[in-house]
Amino acid sequence: MISTNLLALFYLVSGVLFILALRGLSSPETSRQGNFFGILGMLIAVLVTFLSIGNFSTSFIYVILFLLIGGGVGAFIAFKIPMTAMPELVAGFHSLVGLAAVFVAISAFLNPEAFNLGVSGNIKLASLIEMSIGAAVGAITFSGSIIAFLKLRGIMSGAPITFPAQHILNLIILISIIVLTYFLCVTQLPNLFWSLIAISFLVGILLIIPIGGADMPVVISMLNSYSGWAAAGIGFTLENTALIITGALVGSSGAILSYIMCKGMNRSFFSVILGGFGGTDQTTKSGNKEQKPVKSGNSDDAAFLMKNASSVIIVPGYGMAVAQAQHALREMVDTLKKNGIKVSYAIHPVAGRMPGHMNVLLAEANVPYDEVFELEEINNDFANCDVAYVIGANDVTNPVAKTDPQSPIYGMPILDVEKAKSVLFVKRSLSPGYAGVDNDLFYRENTLMLFADAKKMTEDIIKSF
Amino acid sequence: MEIDPFVFRLSIFILSIFVGYYVVWSVTPSLHTPLMSVTNAISSVIIVGAIIAALAGNNENIFNEASIFGFLAIILAAVNIFGGFLVTQRMLAMYKKKKK
Repeated sequence: MISTNLLALFYLVSGVLFILALRGLSSPETSRQGNFFGILGMLIAVLVTFLSIGNFSTSFIYVILFLLIGGGVGAFIAFKIPMTAMPELVAGFHSLVGLAAVFVAISAFLNPEAFNLGVSGNIKLASLIEMSIGAAVGAITFSGSIIAFLKLRGIMSGAPITFPAQHILNLIILISIIVLTYFLCVTQLPNLFWSLIAISFLVGILLIIPIGGADMPVVISMLNSYSGWAAAGIGFTLENTALIITGALVGSSGAILSYIMCKGMNRSFFSVILGGFGGTDQTTKSGNKEQKPVKSGNSDDAAFLMKNASSVIIVPGYGMAVAQAQHALREMVDTLKKNGIKVSYAIHPVAGRMPGHMNVLLAEANVPYDEVFELEEINNDFANCDVAYVIGANDVTNPVAKTDPQSPIYGMPILDVEKAKSVLFVKRSLSPGYAGVDNDLFYRENTLMLFADAKKMTEDIIKSF
Repeated sequence: MEIDPFVFRLSIFILSIFVGYYVVWSVTPSLHTPLMSVTNAISSVIIVGAIIAALAGNNENIFNEASIFGFLAIILAAVNIFGGFLVTQRMLAMYKKKKK
């Protein structure tokens, strides 16, 4: 048994260790140590909780058992998951945090004595409000993450699902959540609590279905943020400092990532959330476009161009992840380097389906991280490079974003690929990207289209070298 | 008059948001995916609530209607804790510098 004050101090230590865990991620060298701090913080939090309860009877055995079952499943997933599936894994994990928050809130509602929150039917008002917020946000996180998971996994279509009066319906439901919380606080009726959770599940689904596949980086970041706020809500209920600190950290982390992603697309957070982008209204435009001349080539042409280059910049995108081309790409780069060609990688902030997605895939393929650059760091180098190799990216290279104020992607920061002496564009067809906008780059004088699967083409180039 | 403990917790909360804000801005963009997986792992510290809930049952009735939700939450949070930290570890181990 340890005293309440000592317990609170230990939770504070945990919270500080979690801050250090995030702090470690400021550079790859310190990141592994940071992760260790995170694990240590978690270990302390769990151990002191056991000591504070001091109940080492049969229940304790079951707790350990359930912990090991969950831990075993988690460890198995962590070792088995391919790096390309990271976005759906993170979405799946968010759903678990959300559901865990809901379960803890339910448990606290059914047995408030265990948490010193009053007695059943007469729970302290503040606790009840905090509990409701934790449960509602947790439920939204859960069902929203499930939808995001299904979309990322391809089980559900990535196309936005919209219907008339969608936003009005969402608004009505959000208001009803507030009204329900109010009546729950007044009457303490369990049925209101269950309804609150049920409606929150519904909100989560409705919030995510209108958002299209390529907006997923924002969605995942947003759900990350929600899972933090849910944890903080529960932290207030349980009067637990570690949970409050962590919830705030995670909440602001997700919010910042959402902001960075929105900025990378030059879209406001609300326009992403309200969804419908890349839907049917834009596809009609592509029907009446005139035929423009396109230069296309094969792997020999590409190899020839690269052989004569002195510097090459690689621009990877989601297509590289889909084709699993990262290993082939690194082999190609090794070949280039053997021939004395300088190679670097340029990553757009919203490349892929989650923040940092491309960096992880390249790291997996043993690309040193100091050859990988962010948009601001490398954008000026395109003007001096001989070949830009665009593999699986599209909208993020479209010069229209700089020139045509009518375009849906106008103002989006893009990689200045068109400034390279020659552009090699690996793509299956001329089809427009996610935004439904034709890419001007396809028709440029210095662009050579390589129509093929990203992995196949990259392997062929190695052979032609 | 004494200050309500809630106000102290609220202060911790607000200050932590600011700490989070500055710490996360200093995270290098290439580590944004590990950032998400590690925040996911640490938010599973919600397991402390699950443990309290699960251990609140008495010995005659280990799985009562309140504690059963605690046990379920323990499983979910444990998947996240182990899965989140280990997958972060796995990713971070892949980030290597250029061989000189």
